[in-house]
Amino acid sequence: MDRPLSAKPPLIACRGVGKRWETAGGTVTALDGIDLLVDRREFVVFLGPSGCGKSTLLYLIAGLEQLTSGTISSGGAEVTGPGTDRGLIFQESSLFPWMSVGENVTFGLKLRGMGTDERRSLAADLLRKVGLADAADKRPDQLSGGMRQRAAMARALALRPEVLLLDEPFAALDVQTRSKMQDFLIEVWRESGASMLFVTHHIDEAVGLADRVVVFTARPGRIKSIVPVDLPRPRDPRSPAFHALSDHLTDLLRDEVDRAFAEQERVA
Amino acid sequence: MKALPLSAGALPAVASTTVRRVRSVRGVAVAFWWVLSIGCFAGLWEAAWAVGWADPLLLPPPHIFLAHFSDQAQAFSSSDVIGEVSTDSAYLALLTTIVASSLRVIAGLALGFTCSVGMGLLIRYFKPFGNITLPTITLLAPISPIAWLPVAIFIFGIGNPPAIFMVFISLFFVMTLSTISQIDAVSRTYLNVGAIMGASRRQLFLHVIIPAILPSLFMTLRMNLFGAWMVVLVAEATGVGSGLGQIVMLARNTFNSSLSFFTMTLIGLVGFLFDVALRQIQNRVLFWVPPSAVGRL
Repeated sequence: MDRPLSAKPPLIACRGVGKRWETAGGTVTALDGIDLLVDRREFVVFLGPSGCGKSTLLYLIAGLEQLTSGTISSGGAEVTGPGTDRGLIFQESSLFPWMSVGENVTFGLKLRGMGTDERRSLAADLLRKVGLADAADKRPDQLSGGMRQRAAMARALALRPEVLLLDEPFAALDVQTRSKMQDFLIEVWRESGASMLFVTHHIDEAVGLADRVVVFTARPGRIKSIVPVDLPRPRDPRSPAFHALSDHLTDLLRDEVDRAFAEQERVA
Repeated sequence: MKALPLSAGALPAVASTTVRRVRSVRGVAVAFWWVLSIGCFAGLWEAAWAVGWADPLLLPPPHIFLAHFSDQAQAFSSSDVIGEVSTDSAYLALLTTIVASSLRVIAGLALGFTCSVGMGLLIRYFKPFGNITLPTITLLAPISPIAWLPVAIFIFGIGNPPAIFMVFISLFFVMTLSTISQIDAVSRTYLNVGAIMGASRRQLFLHVIIPAILPSLFMTLRMNLFGAWMVVLVAEATGVGSGLGQIVMLARNTFNSSLSFFTMTLIGLVGFLFDVALRQIQNRVLFWVPPSAVGRL
């Protein structure tokens, strides 16, 4: 592991994590030998070609998938299933269409038995924090894509998670909205004190957000390299340092993308 | 944290008057095509009668079978006093007959919907229960409801129960299987959200799966509505002792073609109104389903 020993115990620890799938065509190794430590309040981005298993690793950490080798722990406890210490933001809109935005945001609290009145006032607070103060009584389909993802974030933050797992959360948004949402996410990160694990295949997004970028190889997904990003925030995408880093990541990724393509052509 | 300005504001509210105008224009257009469609159908029939192709005794056109409304209504009177003719009580009898048939359909639909959705949920919630019941249900599902008629009479005799049972049975197996397939098709993302939020299995069913499957189940219910109307008529024709189905049988036995077509018109109208009513319920209860998915006229 190419990181300095830290005095504090890591929040998330993956040791020798592997994931295989049995399919009709044989065994597919999605992930192999993943070793990764994530500190509290750290912003880590998973970057890799599509199909490299970076989202799979996120789902393993979330506890929604079962690993086939290795261990994952969160806050010192082994991950055996989903837990409210780990929030997850999905790629597509995941708000329930049968609930108002406010009800969606406090859904986790409802499951814990919190009363309606208390939830209503909490929903108002949470929504104000994500800039959706007036949206509590709206239906999810009355919001734009960016607003829906903010509401999904408010829903995850309602349970005060220690880490927020984000699976390409801005992939479906247009470029302008995406850039706004990245600024917004940095604010959420600072405010909440949670760690962030963010999956993307956009190099600029990775450089713009991360403390460290974890670069994955094409299938089977392994960690190719971990690149620290030491640029001060807010980051200027037009600065030479930003460009140098994104060029470096582009070089790292190029081989993997080529391999992923070759693999797809071979299968096809 | 300061609230960031919205990157994209809420959709601008379209002036409600414009919406209303668009709606009323569309309403007029729909009404126009309805009138034209039915007018053409009746017109062709009348023309066939006018040129002598349609025998007024066998295929009386609308103006004949709708003409003697009160006489027709007389047939619905269950009075067995021969020669007693009272227009008021005849209309009442007509209404009573329609209500009787409708109530059987409503009772059967309500019972069938509740039981089948409940059954489907139980099958998926308790795995062993599913293992023990599902094969039998799958095997019973393709049996036509009509084949259940003798069974209905064996068990319930005559009266309301066999008719309600028939509606129930026409719905139960189809809807149970549909419930199961809908549960299996619930979006992985919704289930994951529930799991991440810490939902127990019971909470997952209650707060995620049931609301997620309701819209398509209601759609299935509407699809089966006309089927329910068919079997209730068959049940009534065979031995309930009242209802629109019995009148159809009476028309057949007395070779009264006018009465037959008159009753058919009633059946069509009532069935149509039922569909409209169900759609209204659907719009109210399932407010989150966009109207385009509910199906327009």
